[in-house]
Amino acid sequence: MNQKVKAAAIFKDNLQNFCFVLPAFAIFCIFYIYPFYKMINLSFYDWRGIGPMHFIALQNYKELLGDHLWWDSIWHAGYITLIALTFQNALAFALALACDREIRMKRFYRVVFFIPPVLSEVVVGLIWNWILNPELQNGQYIGLLNHLLYSSGFPQLVHNWLGDPKTALTTIAIVNSWKGFGWGFIMLLAGLQTIDKQLYEAAKIDGAGAWKTFTNVTVPMMLPVILVVVILTILGCMQVFVLILALVNEGLVHHTDVPVTRIFSAMQNTNRFGYACALAVNFGFILVCISFMTKRLSDKAKQV
Amino acid sequence: MLVIFAGCSQPSNPSNKIILWHWMTDRNDTFLKLAQQYKQETGIEVVVQLFAPSDSYSQKIIAAAQANVLPDIYGILDKKSIVADFIKAGLAADLTDAMEAEGGKWRNSLFDKALADRRFDAGNIYGVKPGIYGVPIDVTNEQMLYNKKLLSKAGIKAPPKTFDEFIKDAQVLKRVGITPFVSGWGELWLLDCFASNYAFNIMGEDKIFATYRGEVKYTDPDWIKVFNVFAQLRDKGVLIDGIVTKGNKYAEQDFALERAAFSFNGSWCVNVYHDMNPNLDYGVFPPPPISEAHPLKIWGDAGSTFVVNAGSPNKDKAIAFLKWLTAQDQQVVLARQTNNLPSNKQAISVISPILGEFAKGMDQSTHPNIWPLNEDPSVAEAFDKGIQDIIIGEKTPQQVAQDVQKVKDSQSLKGNH
Repeated sequence: MNQKVKAAAIFKDNLQNFCFVLPAFAIFCIFYIYPFYKMINLSFYDWRGIGPMHFIALQNYKELLGDHLWWDSIWHAGYITLIALTFQNALAFALALACDREIRMKRFYRVVFFIPPVLSEVVVGLIWNWILNPELQNGQYIGLLNHLLYSSGFPQLVHNWLGDPKTALTTIAIVNSWKGFGWGFIMLLAGLQTIDKQLYEAAKIDGAGAWKTFTNVTVPMMLPVILVVVILTILGCMQVFVLILALVNEGLVHHTDVPVTRIFSAMQNTNRFGYACALAVNFGFILVCISFMTKRLSDKAKQV
Repeated sequence: MLVIFAGCSQPSNPSNKIILWHWMTDRNDTFLKLAQQYKQETGIEVVVQLFAPSDSYSQKIIAAAQANVLPDIYGILDKKSIVADFIKAGLAADLTDAMEAEGGKWRNSLFDKALADRRFDAGNIYGVKPGIYGVPIDVTNEQMLYNKKLLSKAGIKAPPKTFDEFIKDAQVLKRVGITPFVSGWGELWLLDCFASNYAFNIMGEDKIFATYRGEVKYTDPDWIKVFNVFAQLRDKGVLIDGIVTKGNKYAEQDFALERAAFSFNGSWCVNVYHDMNPNLDYGVFPPPPISEAHPLKIWGDAGSTFVVNAGSPNKDKAIAFLKWLTAQDQQVVLARQTNNLPSNKQAISVISPILGEFAKGMDQSTHPNIWPLNEDPSVAEAFDKGIQDIIIGEKTPQQVAQDVQKVKDSQSLKGNH
């Protein structure tokens, strides 16, 4: 009898817990699990978004393997990410280190550096479209960059930055870095402020110079934050989309295609929803692999 | 949770409320005023809901169709094949009976070419039951524009009548420091439209459709001539710098601010230019033909078309509202307030002179939506991107022709004609 009462109490307790979890679980299933399942499911179909669906098994994936535009677009996103990982994050780290010191107007700098990331990508696109405008009107360059280059005595450097296949992707990568470095800056600065100042004092007493202190104290202590910044940079840059649309519309031929623009094009321009889903699944898989690889590398770095 | 799901289902009972979804930011205020007027006249409330921009609207419509939550009235901003899918799925009502009532009074009041946009004839390739499935609320076409002041500054008295004259005028303009031509060719459809005009002029529609059917190759000399149009424009320096990444909004800004003498744009630009530069003095002319072999055709059709949800319990009320919206009085209001070409023939008399110039082009207009068949979207994308390649000097017309044909061949192997 006593056991029965105990079992009933446990059951009641479990049921209560389950009831508390149920709404969150239902929302998670409806808005995360089901769409995810549906996307994978649709990738096995030939479907135009409406009307009959034709099961074609792995045909979309087979096509994807031979779609050089798709793999080019992944390379393009990788290139943008590489620029962000190096140039953008190095800049963010340098500025965070500078603002972590007792310098004048450091609060002002913090606000200024955080302005680009809070701007919408469309606004950033508009601003940079004006800066990079290659047009010449009444002997004057309309775009700020070309105008400055011309008027400061470097007319040979005046260029159609977004209209030339040789420079378009790099230009986009730099604009993307300009837009994104503020996030890294804020996170790295927050990380720097958590480092115990006594560690720096101890290093100083031991005779460590600025570089030794940086490599032996700052970097090891910052590794977890750096890892988060790296992963977020990779995930954010690989999925860049709106900025590209705002800068080059439907793209400079295929030179500025990135995975999300290809997925969008498969849906919007060619109405191939099944193929778009296959591309999305493939892209998601690549991102998960990259994230795991980054985590593994970071774990190894910590051990060293 | 139940409330959320209840909100997602389609109302099944008739009511005095019609829901209309659209994407036209510039016409929203006028729609709202007209809806208010309609309520006063009939007691039926029309809830006008704007979802912009058009790309997002298109996705919303597809998602709503999949979930069966489409409103009573909506527009499909997509290719005719997708419209056919909506009809076959029972999501767009056949309006033929309403159009033909009273001796075809409603149908006769509207421009035939605008109606053709959503009309499916007997034996259509989409397998749709013949009928009219949409109501055009305005018409549009795409033509060339010229800035009168800039042309006069270069000593050019009239817009060019042939492609050679156009190239010569462009050289003259360049000599006096004026950029000859701007267009939003970063948006592929506008580039496709321009190329299509010259394809009609060079080879005629029979050969174009034969190419779509796979009977003529893109490496045919006539197609090379079409690609060559762009090579000439590039070589003669006619095009504004950065044209292949320029969105139409930026191109409109360039023309409105008198940064280029010629432009290629749609009739909606009258409204846009008026907002950007009310003093802009410009004229309209059809793209100058390059050949005398076939007439040059421009794109023109219904600018915006509404369809009625076939599953709506308020179907008849929705049809009645659209009949009212396309009647002369309401079309006059729309034309005056939004500077678009009205779909009602009787309302054409109130339009501005510049819109009148656009209206003249309707006689020589055509549109992919009224063609018996369209090119496979993957081939069309390769075609448009190939032209961009020519403009930026990466490929020759012959190379692009071969690339497009390769895509065509691969699509034909898959059975996508």
